[in-house]
Amino acid sequence: MCLAIPGKILSTDGEDFARLARVDFGGIVKEVNLAYVPEAQIGNYVIVHVGFAISVVNEAEANQVFEYLKQMDELGELGELSPEAKAAKKEQ
Amino acid sequence: MKYISEYRDPVAAQEFAQTIRRITTRPWTIMEICGGQTHAIVKFGIDELLPKEITLVHGPGCPVCVTPLELIDKAVQIASRPDVIFCSFGDMLRVPGSKEDLFAVKARGGDVRVLYTPLECLKIARANPDKQVVFFAVGFETTAPAHAMAVYQAKQQGITNFSIIVSHVLVPPAMEAILSAEVCKVQGFLAAGHVCTIMGYDEYFPVAEKHKVPIVVTGFEPLDILQGIAMCVAQLEQGRHEVENQYTRSVKKDGNLPARALIREVFRVVHRKWRGIGEVPESGLALAPEYADFDAERRFGVTEYTAAESPECISGDIMRGLAKPSDCKAFGTRCTPEKPLGAPMVSNEGACAAYYRYRRAELLTVGKAQ
Repeated sequence: MCLAIPGKILSTDGEDFARLARVDFGGIVKEVNLAYVPEAQIGNYVIVHVGFAISVVNEAEANQVFEYLKQMDELGELGELSPEAKAAKKEQ
Repeated sequence: MKYISEYRDPVAAQEFAQTIRRITTRPWTIMEICGGQTHAIVKFGIDELLPKEITLVHGPGCPVCVTPLELIDKAVQIASRPDVIFCSFGDMLRVPGSKEDLFAVKARGGDVRVLYTPLECLKIARANPDKQVVFFAVGFETTAPAHAMAVYQAKQQGITNFSIIVSHVLVPPAMEAILSAEVCKVQGFLAAGHVCTIMGYDEYFPVAEKHKVPIVVTGFEPLDILQGIAMCVAQLEQGRHEVENQYTRSVKKDGNLPARALIREVFRVVHRKWRGIGEVPESGLALAPEYADFDAERRFGVTEYTAAESPECISGDIMRGLAKPSDCKAFGTRCTPEKPLGAPMVSNEGACAAYYRYRRAELLTVGKAQ
């Protein structure tokens, strides 16, 4: 029900609550209301739910999933587990 | 598709699973709130990648599932009127009321339409001035701005033949109810990323503090969910109970301010009855007094009606994290998506429907569900 998917803004038209965009979802283009993302520009990716863009995808943050993984890997190699945690692991 | 496919990378998923295995030393029970996350977890088999110590339980975050039976009956009643064009998102049509569903009304010749966005109602209302256009406004915080905009614009444009049945619920009070119940197994939460895209996550700090539970705002793709679980397990293992944000590419701390402003303009917070859970204080939205003319229940005089649930359905326990769909004796036999006993089997995002779609072969053959 809260399904929302990212798409790319191809063009915009109108203003304020009636500002609309044509948004490309992997080849399928739909009309989307931009009332709630006044900052959105052509070329931005927006997350769209029931015909409304609810956020502009923050491109700088989009990679943090992979950075987190890398950090955790590095921590693992440094042996970040506490002695208690390691002992508990061994017991299993 | 950009911002979807990269978060489904199977190699990275395995690496996340390894990370989670490495940091897990004890059993933990984590609840994902949102039905969209439940669906992704079962579809992609994310729960099967996890170490046996981690149990995922499925929360009440499917608005279709928690919409009370009597509201479905009211919708059927209103949709059956010859002067009404009844509009809804597709997933409400098959939810059974006490006697029938909205599809049955459509099959009898009722004008029942599935819309992609509630804003379409305004066009339909203008094109059909002799009809009443009614929208079934079901949803969590994510969907509230869309319904608010439809009502706001209708008022601005003087459209009087439009109204909505409001079934809007809010996530933080439901979490509070689950955590305050006599029996609660949940030790950490994945909060719903799109709800928080609208509302931000300030409301979760007091919940995390009061109940000493970690809450991680989490997205919907497999890697998002795995990272959310990893962050939650890391907190549990370290004895922390903080609010963290995994879904930073969409969620800001304050949420979407223009959307929140319009929700405040059009709606008021009220007590709401949740199907399977009961009444939860200040857990839903109703139209503000200035917009009460757009309330379909008032307009059509159906406010006083109530209905009773099937006694066999255990959806209340499932949505509070006390049971899994596979614990239900009726699962897959007396209760199927074609003939559901309760709403979690109907909606695509209901936990029972997700288990039925992706797991029923194994569940029914090993005899977990008779």
